[in-house]
Amino acid sequence: MALLKSSKIISTVGVYPSLGALSIRASSWWSEVQMGPPDPILGVSEAYKRDTNPKKINLGVGAYRDDQGKPFVLSCVRKAEAQIASKKMDKEYLAIGGLGDFNKACAKLALGDDNEVIKSGRNITVQTISGTGSLRIGANFLSRFHTEARDVYLPKPSWGNHTPIFRDAGMQLKAYTYYDPKTCGFDFQGALNDISKIPAKSVIMLHACAHNPTGVDPRPDQWKEIAELVKKRNLLVFFDMAYQGFASGDIDRDAWAVRYFIEQGHNILLSQSFAKNMGLYGERVGGFTVVCQDAEEAKRVESQLKILIRPIYSNPPMNGARIAATILNTPDLYKEWLGEVHGMANRIITMRELLVANLKKEGSTKNWQHVIDQIGMFCFTGLKPDQVERLTKEFSVYMTKDGRISMAGVTSANVGYLAQGIHTVTK
Amino acid sequence: MALLKSSKLISRIGTFSTSVGAVSSRNNSWWAEVQMGPPDPILGVTEAFKKDTNPKKMNLGVGAYRDDQGKPFVLTCVRKAEALIASKQLDKEYLAIGGLGDFTKSCAQLALGGDSEVLKSGRSVTVQTISGTGSLRIGANFLSRFHSASRDVYLPTPSWGNHTPIFRDAGMQLKAYRYYDPATCGFDFNGALDDISKMPEKSVVLLHACAHNPTGVDPRLEQWKEMADLLKKKDLLVFFDMAYQGFASGDIDRDAWAVRYFIEQGHNIVLSQSFAKNMGLYGERVGGLTLVCKDAEEAKRVESQLKILIRPIYSNPPMNGARIATTILNTPDIYKIWLEEVHHMANRIIKMREQLAASLKSEGSTRNWQHVTDQIGMFCFTGLKPEQVERLTKEFSVYMTKDGRISMAGITSGNVGYLAHGIHAVTNASSANCISLLKLPDNTNIGEAGQKCGDCYLTLHPLKMN
Repeated sequence: MALLKSSKIISTVGVYPSLGALSIRASSWWSEVQMGPPDPILGVSEAYKRDTNPKKINLGVGAYRDDQGKPFVLSCVRKAEAQIASKKMDKEYLAIGGLGDFNKACAKLALGDDNEVIKSGRNITVQTISGTGSLRIGANFLSRFHTEARDVYLPKPSWGNHTPIFRDAGMQLKAYTYYDPKTCGFDFQGALNDISKIPAKSVIMLHACAHNPTGVDPRPDQWKEIAELVKKRNLLVFFDMAYQGFASGDIDRDAWAVRYFIEQGHNILLSQSFAKNMGLYGERVGGFTVVCQDAEEAKRVESQLKILIRPIYSNPPMNGARIAATILNTPDLYKEWLGEVHGMANRIITMRELLVANLKKEGSTKNWQHVIDQIGMFCFTGLKPDQVERLTKEFSVYMTKDGRISMAGVTSANVGYLAQGIHTVTK
Repeated sequence: MALLKSSKLISRIGTFSTSVGAVSSRNNSWWAEVQMGPPDPILGVTEAFKKDTNPKKMNLGVGAYRDDQGKPFVLTCVRKAEALIASKQLDKEYLAIGGLGDFTKSCAQLALGGDSEVLKSGRSVTVQTISGTGSLRIGANFLSRFHSASRDVYLPTPSWGNHTPIFRDAGMQLKAYRYYDPATCGFDFNGALDDISKMPEKSVVLLHACAHNPTGVDPRLEQWKEMADLLKKKDLLVFFDMAYQGFASGDIDRDAWAVRYFIEQGHNIVLSQSFAKNMGLYGERVGGLTLVCKDAEEAKRVESQLKILIRPIYSNPPMNGARIATTILNTPDIYKIWLEEVHHMANRIIKMREQLAASLKSEGSTRNWQHVTDQIGMFCFTGLKPEQVERLTKEFSVYMTKDGRISMAGITSGNVGYLAHGIHAVTNASSANCISLLKLPDNTNIGEAGQKCGDCYLTLHPLKMN
């Protein structure tokens, strides 16, 4: 190939004085660029696709599947799309901060309709590129303006992408105890212990509900103690709420911790995603909220958010935001949406129960209570890396190395097979 | 308000213990030091325009195409593509980190040409991005992380305002090379070559592929060839920004000529593409970033690192616009309609240029407005000074950016006369008082009188003013 290129260049030497072209074509700007590892979560799906075993199950990425294992587009979404299409709207740029009707509804969904924060105008909510985009804007904002501290404390473990998000934004990553592998539950004392030592003004990330990857959430009484301790320590709270509605099936219940913290005086940062609860994954719909001291501060913060966003992507994508805004602002569609979210959450809960029942039927004597206790799309099985490897190699069950399975990938048809595989590698 | 908040908290102390600290937290602020920032110079124009109640107001700020009724224009090919997509009832699963495969292939083909050796050999990587801005930023971030040989990015003077914070926020250093010549309202070719010849090797040079923004001034073919040659000799990394392919001349291949020529000459370029203007997909945010590599193996390494960079910014790009663009590019009937519509949009702009120049003449303007018809693309660098721009906005409700740039797309056969009238009014040389007519000695203190003649700002040396 190189020779062909050379001869092509040489033949044009007569036309253009470009003898140097030969060396440039072979020269490279990127010879030092190393091959990077595949994404740990998305890489699972890629491996799954290559597998030819008809019984294969993909329990990797957290995307909801119906009981036939098919991707699910919500009925309220289809209706919203039809409504939008009929209006023949234009495709003019949204504002830097996104669609106003979406931002208002997004904040209301999280904070509650009658929230004092919204009434007083002391929040600023911008539309973002789903949850990741929201977290990154928040991280960039912290990096630029939260000069008193560089440290962001993540729960142990946390969603894998949190780390590069904050690191690439220029923050330092630290951790606080969260998951207790012995109980497959919440290490409450461990968390309080670690939090009590976090230096003032550090940023602490909390998963609002349906902790990813463990599915382990604090109880309300535990949240209250955490809120109090965090306030005493004077820490900046950053809530990641990617599963509102998806955890318990009830959007208000899932937002309880966020609302409680605000009531207790925490001026929080909040990331929201509509990828899961509205099934808008690839449309990239999310919001980023800063709860400020007052409306004047919110205006200042808004102006700086815009200055930050403009050189990243100018303004956010319109389609998903229009769908979400339509759903949130059309009473019939909103009602239908609540029903569908409830339905999705219920199917997950049913699968949890079925999985445990099947494991018992297989003869497993291990304690699988955590499968039912854990909340949301994911289950931290407790499987060790070598057991995960066996499950994948021998049963074609794909999941992340940390033992996390996406319950959404479990169906009434495959739950028995899954239980069989898990029992085999753990007995 | 603070008192109300405090009392609300205090009344709760009985309920939740030990929260006396709550009052001080509520009054604590994390963002007390955050200053109010200035509005975006371009997008801020539209905001000001919206507030104006003058029925004759014109928005010549942001570069979004308008039809001859001044209305936003959604292309027919886009509506057809949308109908096709809707009929398929596709799901909404995440795209890959690098975006929709069919889109990135077509996107690269559109820029490089169907028979490109680069595409045949697989020695490029193209990722879907959040329109042009997103593409430039990912490119800037990639340079910042991997182009350790240099931190410097050279922008033409002037360039699109957002280029500066894009590269700066990504960690690069901004430098400049001469480009626009205010004396001719054209390309300062020798100035550009001179500056390029002095650039340290391996610096990054940003070139506008066609329809330079904001000036509308593009190099001629022979000038592009000399620049390509010099840039190669100086071993500089070329970064093309192509936001207007098809929009400049009306012909997508002609507008991509410089990009393709540079690649043929051996430049392994970085290329940003936007479909905001040429497909009218503005708010859908459709774009691409391409890195032309040495070979397919290098392209794979670069791709893996692009994904690692993108994942913690937004995970994967938005699907809707990419599906529309892909459908248009890959469905022959619809593609044909698109080419015609792009041609039509470019032609309407050209017609407005001609009408504006003609209207200015019939207003009685004696200035040279040749540049209005010479310049290419959506924008026209009028040559108006900030004070003249301000008058045009205040007295005529014509909104544009302070640098004198107008979006031709905002002009219609209905308002071109009014615009010409306004431009003439603010640029008309006053008669006897005009400094240029007085033939004063070189170092005369001109003071107040000199400020009033808008025309003379073009010809008087600034140092001669007091």
